[in-house]
Amino acid sequence: MGMRKKHLQKRHLVELFMKTIMRVSFVIVAGALGLILWTIISRGLPALTWDMVTQVPKGGYYMGKEGGILNAIIGSAYLATGGTILAILLSLPIALYLKAYLGDSKWGGCVRLSLDVLWGIPSVVYGAFGFALMIVFGLRASLLAGIIVLALIELPIMTRAMDEVIRRMPEDLEHAALALGSTKFEVALRVVTRQMLPGIVTAVLLAFGRGIGDAASVLFTAGYTDRISTSLMRPTASLPLAVFFQLGSPYPEVQQRGYAAALILTIIVLAVSLGSRWLSARLNKYTVK
Amino acid sequence: MDAHIQVNNLNVYYGRQQALKDVNIEIPKKQITVIMGPSGCGKTTLLKTFNRFLELTDGAQITGEVLVDGENIYDREVDVTEVRKAVGLLAQRPSPLPMSIFDNIVYGMHIHRMKRDRREYKAAVKHYLEIAGLWDEVQKRLHDPATSLSIGQQQRLCLARGLAVEPEIILGDEPTSALDPISSQNIESRLLDLKQNYTTVIVTHTLRQARRLADYVIYMYLGEVIEAGPAKEVFTNPKHERTKQYLEGLF
Ligand SMILES: Nc1ncnc2c1ncn2[C@@H]1O[C@H](COP(=O)(O)OP(=O)(O)O)[C@@H](O)[C@H]1O
Ligand SMILES: [Mg+2]
Repeated sequence: MGMRKKHLQKRHLVELFMKTIMRVSFVIVAGALGLILWTIISRGLPALTWDMVTQVPKGGYYMGKEGGILNAIIGSAYLATGGTILAILLSLPIALYLKAYLGDSKWGGCVRLSLDVLWGIPSVVYGAFGFALMIVFGLRASLLAGIIVLALIELPIMTRAMDEVIRRMPEDLEHAALALGSTKFEVALRVVTRQMLPGIVTAVLLAFGRGIGDAASVLFTAGYTDRISTSLMRPTASLPLAVFFQLGSPYPEVQQRGYAAALILTIIVLAVSLGSRWLSARLNKYTVK
Repeated sequence: MDAHIQVNNLNVYYGRQQALKDVNIEIPKKQITVIMGPSGCGKTTLLKTFNRFLELTDGAQITGEVLVDGENIYDREVDVTEVRKAVGLLAQRPSPLPMSIFDNIVYGMHIHRMKRDRREYKAAVKHYLEIAGLWDEVQKRLHDPATSLSIGQQQRLCLARGLAVEPEIILGDEPTSALDPISSQNIESRLLDLKQNYTTVIVTHTLRQARRLADYVIYMYLGEVIEAGPAKEVFTNPKHERTKQYLEGLF
């Protein structure tokens, strides 16, 4: 019988070894994630009262023990939504330009490399850069400045994700539509958009997720306030900073409120990513792979 | 001959390389014309000049005329979308649009505003799927993604989709080369059924398929049309030495 398992053969050992490594790394990642979630939930949940999500802070500025963090929730929603919309307005043209004019040329490669580098730059650098710009333009810490900096942070992620989507667009598809007598506009509107929409949605929500969780960039640029923001030119509160400030407090009750804020942020990010998965699966039903 | 397409002094260049050299041919109405020749001889290029697809290729240049029903499709006054509506294309690999089976058929009719209401569209979808021999297989799943069909079914869907915009001419660039034998046979018999109503031009690389389909044959070699004529004559009594060698399978 030449078909029995030969366990001690080298290639089987290699297989076993690689499998073990993969399992171990999975356990490490899953464990770390579990631990983080456990910390946030176990410490934050007790402080997560109805007041936390429906009221603004009462007394003692944001370090107080009363009231809620509605100001930060709404501020973050404004910041991330505004930043994402601005980033879409910049990313989509760049991604289309990359496809239409630069393609896989040397310049295209340069632009992609720059975007990848920008992606890797820590957000505190964006914050400092934004701050420097604000001084030049005489802008004070405000919702508008925060939105602009978040848009800059989201830009590379969004552009590269869109670029990949657009590059994967099968050329056959456009030709098929043109062969039926479509105009180029009809091809773009009815065929290309349908094919790319799921990927674009994913790109946008990915960037939104990064934007809403970022603390360092809004620290200098958006400031903080106890009030719900009503003006683009005034400072705004944000969830990441609510977490940051409250966790830094020496009082356990305030710290606990910080964990509650982190929990809210996590829930929002989770909801956004589940929503984006659901949406892109729905839109993806008809796309050509 | 009652010519549907007439090609006069046609030259095509890709950059500096000449892909078609002074082509002069006529393609008969409501018959199947088969273009054959070794790979790289310019069959696809010639076909692409019939629906103005060549202009989608960067650097491709074209001189000469292609007349469809006596009208030069390269004339300035001619609307390219009307040309492509009248001259349908069945590509080498089927490429369903990213939508349902139903919407794939509707797409072309819709952009050309050919029907008035949903009822008319539904009837047309059924009609063209029947012509393509696909109705029985898909009538219960019209709203499934077109990509859920097998490759052979997808090619029949593409045929139905093309016919739905009411073309007069059907072009096929090796339309069965990606298909299994049974699907190929299926497409071939569709094309034979359709030839009473449409002028059909098929590129093929298999001699046997050419013999099964052709009423009229064009043999090309290195960008030139070597021989063109009724299938019977060309297959039984080729005038040109090269055609003879090709038919005998020498290259
Ligand atoms: N897009 C293109 N750019 C440059 N050369 C091309 C292009 N398409 C085809 N050619 C060249 O033109 C010639 C004819 O090609 P084609 O029409 O595709 O031949 P066939 O379909 O008979 O195999 C070939 O030499 C091919 O290399
Ligand atoms: Mg070819």
